[in-house]
Amino acid sequence: MQQPNYNRAVRYFLLLLCAALFVFALLSGGYLITVLSFAAIYAIFTIGLNFFMGYAGQVTFGQNAFAAISGYVSAILTANYNWEPIVAMPAGIGLAVIVAFVVGYPVLRLRGHYLAMATLALGLITYEIAVEWQTLTQGYMGISGIPPIGIGQWVLVDPREQLLFLCAVLVIALLAAYRLKESRFGNALVAIAGSEEAAKALGINVPRYKLAAFVISAVYAAIAGSLMVHFVGFVSPEVFGLNMVIAGFMMLYVGGIGSIFGPLFGALIVSLLPEVFRGFKDYQDLAFGVALILILIFAPKGVASLTSLFPKGRRN
Amino acid sequence: MNILKLTNVTKQFGGLTAVDNVDFEIEAGEVSAIIGPNGAGKTTLFNVISGFLAPTAGTVSFNGETITGLPVAQVAAKGLVRTFQLVQLFPDLTALANVRVGSHLQSVGGIWSALIRNRRSREQALQVDENAHRLLEFVGLGDRAHVGAAELTYGQQRLLEVARALATNPKLLLLDEPAAGLNTQETAHLAKVIGDIVAQGTSVLIIEHDMSLVMDIAQKVIVLDFGKKIAQGTPLEVQKDPHVLDAYLGGVEYA
Repeated sequence: MQQPNYNRAVRYFLLLLCAALFVFALLSGGYLITVLSFAAIYAIFTIGLNFFMGYAGQVTFGQNAFAAISGYVSAILTANYNWEPIVAMPAGIGLAVIVAFVVGYPVLRLRGHYLAMATLALGLITYEIAVEWQTLTQGYMGISGIPPIGIGQWVLVDPREQLLFLCAVLVIALLAAYRLKESRFGNALVAIAGSEEAAKALGINVPRYKLAAFVISAVYAAIAGSLMVHFVGFVSPEVFGLNMVIAGFMMLYVGGIGSIFGPLFGALIVSLLPEVFRGFKDYQDLAFGVALILILIFAPKGVASLTSLFPKGRRN
Repeated sequence: MNILKLTNVTKQFGGLTAVDNVDFEIEAGEVSAIIGPNGAGKTTLFNVISGFLAPTAGTVSFNGETITGLPVAQVAAKGLVRTFQLVQLFPDLTALANVRVGSHLQSVGGIWSALIRNRRSREQALQVDENAHRLLEFVGLGDRAHVGAAELTYGQQRLLEVARALATNPKLLLLDEPAAGLNTQETAHLAKVIGDIVAQGTSVLIIEHDMSLVMDIAQKVIVLDFGKKIAQGTPLEVQKDPHVLDAYLGGVEYA
């Protein structure tokens, strides 16, 4: 006899909750729209992080570099050279991809802590360049007057429209991640995470697949970086600093590393919790920290792991 | 016709010679075995054959083609696939998904076909799953397809590793101590599976401690001791060889 699938029910419930949250924000408007827009952008960034860390089992502290590269290209091309955002974005993503290839090729020979250090350096170097190359980036001052996403006359000025657009990109990003994971390509990545030796022995070209995962991760980061500058209308080095990496890590682990929807859950929780605790004033950060710890105590594999809480229905 | 040929293969680690000038040939369509006491260099030799280690000297040729120094994945792509002494499964995946990964070389498609998920890649996914189910049946894990690899018993994990290796459709399968940790019943089942594998046209080379298994299934036995080949022949010949008796029964060693 087939048992009812509680796990699937939990997953649908969580996803419905997320969708309801976005719908509620769209209807009610106000500050919640801004919070959720940032959450959507961060979710896209974290989906990319999940690709490299969750599926392929590697580690990177430097994905903010790719967000910064794409974000700055978008900012400079639109604000200084009057490019259309929709054209500037692919240019930024393209440059991020090139850098990911060039950096990834040598760096991905490293593993574990060494890979973590090398990628951390990548993020720090990008940050320094953003600070020092003042003729291009205007240093700490940053670049303002970046137009919102749009084509020609049709520009997304209304925050509601922007959130809708971000949601659409997020859904596509999730769908793409899902399809990539559930494929020959995704199987190879998960195999590398499970046992690199066994993956090799089965004929998987491990360095090539690691590089591919790194580049895909960079594409997600780059999309998030570009969306960020067009959404905020301003960019400075701080936007893509180490805090972005830390936020991404929190979202990844709170949401559930290695799961498709983990980044979405994580991004929403980590973005919304501080707002929930705003009334605590001075103790806001404390309450936020306690909440995160409690989540990780009771759902150590992240919120997405709640979808495998029930034992699988067994035949016989 | 020989499927695998080793010529003067030597592997040194610093001052230690783990494999010392070893020559042998493995015939296609047979079960061959490498035996020897602990520390005889069997696993090192396996690592050299499968490309995990480059030999210090000598050549390995597979199907008449030199494969010495090729990366592991390329060796596997040529049809020489190994399992591990310590089972190396993908613990987070189900048994079925483990075998699915094994079909990597037997399928095509990268990022684009995954994203657009066209008809060909959907059909291929179905074929891969069908084949994976067939292989699980083949090794006797048909009813365990959706169980997590980490939840299988040790004996089942060993069999799963064999099924996964078979999914690559190898010409020569290297099994590193497949019977280690199995009980008599499981070992008997393994012997039957190995027999079936050879019957289907895949040659098998095993490293094994379990003498009864080797004597039952192998047509050819190669004996290593302290990295050197000390004997080779049929199981009966090897059993009577004075060098082998020495090595196994603890005769006086002359270093």
